[in-house]
Amino acid sequence: MELVQERGTPIGRRVILAMLGLGGAGVLFGSAAQRVLARLGTPAFLPGSNRFRIYSVVGYLPERSAGAYRLAVTGLVDNPLTLSFADLQAMPATRMVKDFQCVTGWRVTGVTWTGVKLADVLDAAHVKAEGHAITFKSFDGEYTESLTMEQARRDDVIVAYAMENGPVSAEHGGPVRMYVAPMYGYKSTKWLQEIEVVRAVDPGYWEVRGYDVDGWVGKSNGRGDRPTS
Amino acid sequence: MAAVTGPHPDPVAPSGAAQRQGAARRLVRFDPTERVVHWSNATLFLILIATGASLYVPSLSALVGRRELVRNVHVYAGLALPLPVLLGAAGRRWGSALRGDLARINRWSSDDVRWFRSLSRDPMAELGKFNPGQKLNAAFTGGAILVMLGTGSILHWYKPFPLGWRTGATFVHDWVAVLLFCTISGHILFAFSDREALGAMVGGRVSARWAARHAPRWRAEVEAAAEAGRA
Repeated sequence: MELVQERGTPIGRRVILAMLGLGGAGVLFGSAAQRVLARLGTPAFLPGSNRFRIYSVVGYLPERSAGAYRLAVTGLVDNPLTLSFADLQAMPATRMVKDFQCVTGWRVTGVTWTGVKLADVLDAAHVKAEGHAITFKSFDGEYTESLTMEQARRDDVIVAYAMENGPVSAEHGGPVRMYVAPMYGYKSTKWLQEIEVVRAVDPGYWEVRGYDVDGWVGKSNGRGDRPTS
Repeated sequence: MAAVTGPHPDPVAPSGAAQRQGAARRLVRFDPTERVVHWSNATLFLILIATGASLYVPSLSALVGRRELVRNVHVYAGLALPLPVLLGAAGRRWGSALRGDLARINRWSSDDVRWFRSLSRDPMAELGKFNPGQKLNAAFTGGAILVMLGTGSILHWYKPFPLGWRTGATFVHDWVAVLLFCTISGHILFAFSDREALGAMVGGRVSARWAARHAPRWRAEVEAAAEAGRA
């Protein structure tokens, strides 16, 4: 039997080259495509939809009921506090509708946040003169965050106990989390357990791993996102 | 040439028996290098899918957590992904079968094109060692590895890149991941629907009957080579 050797068309190579071309075009123009997809309303399981991604730095989902929840305000204060969920609800409430921008690129637009101004909580605890910064601690046992006293006293920095007009779910850091509106998401500690007033900023979990301590949206981490607040 | 094994062909046997014997013979489809490369790739892909999914799917992220560890495993598995093929093809001796198959996968014969255009229904199309679907899948997977490596590197070493590129790289990385998940699932489903093809990736061999049905040109090639070896 004689075999006719046909060299054939190098379609495999063309497929690979085409994919490299498409991939490169996607890197250059993907952000525009993503905006279009978000406007069209991409299903939540596909890339590019307007939804939260759930990040946790520990190996489980921290959970605590509102009834068992306690928030400690400690450190350089004259009046250390232990606040229950009901105590927080009894304080003057702040409600705002603002975007949540992650430093990894995704953004969820128009989220309704309800809570107590951090400034009010700090006032209730009577911060000592030498208290210039805050350390936030999570009941996941791992995560910490920081703010300067000046940042902490902004009106758009709240201890949030409601989100989208319902309780803050465990995935989103409930029952109580921080929402630092003008900064990237990593500044908004989830599963908030303790607010400690300290002398100077102690960089938080992701900050010792390379993120900027002053995490302003659009003005840090080499990103130019539209400001959130 | 040890490509053909099994019962010794008996030169004086009548042709009918020879053909029956021929059908029972086992042909080497994948040599040990190719199988090691394949299963190394499979392991890395499974690790990448598992870690990638737990970084990306919210309910899994919440369940698995350990974000930094999961991310590091994902990054190193991703960087390792091109190595099996490169190392496997690098050896002068151990890489020759793999290099030969990569060349086969690259080139489409006119029969391949016919088979593909008829959506695998053209009975006249005589296929070689790989069908065009397999060729396309292999080329797609190869291209996807490169694209994922490039976009993943932009995501991991993001500092020098403009924001738009980083968003674009995320976009491409996510979409290609979804496509790869589909093609790999399909690949596994096809493998389980043809146990003999799957067996070739485990034990290395297929029956001549299988080869005649799925890869007639390849079977003829192997037999011609064996004939030449005997002569």
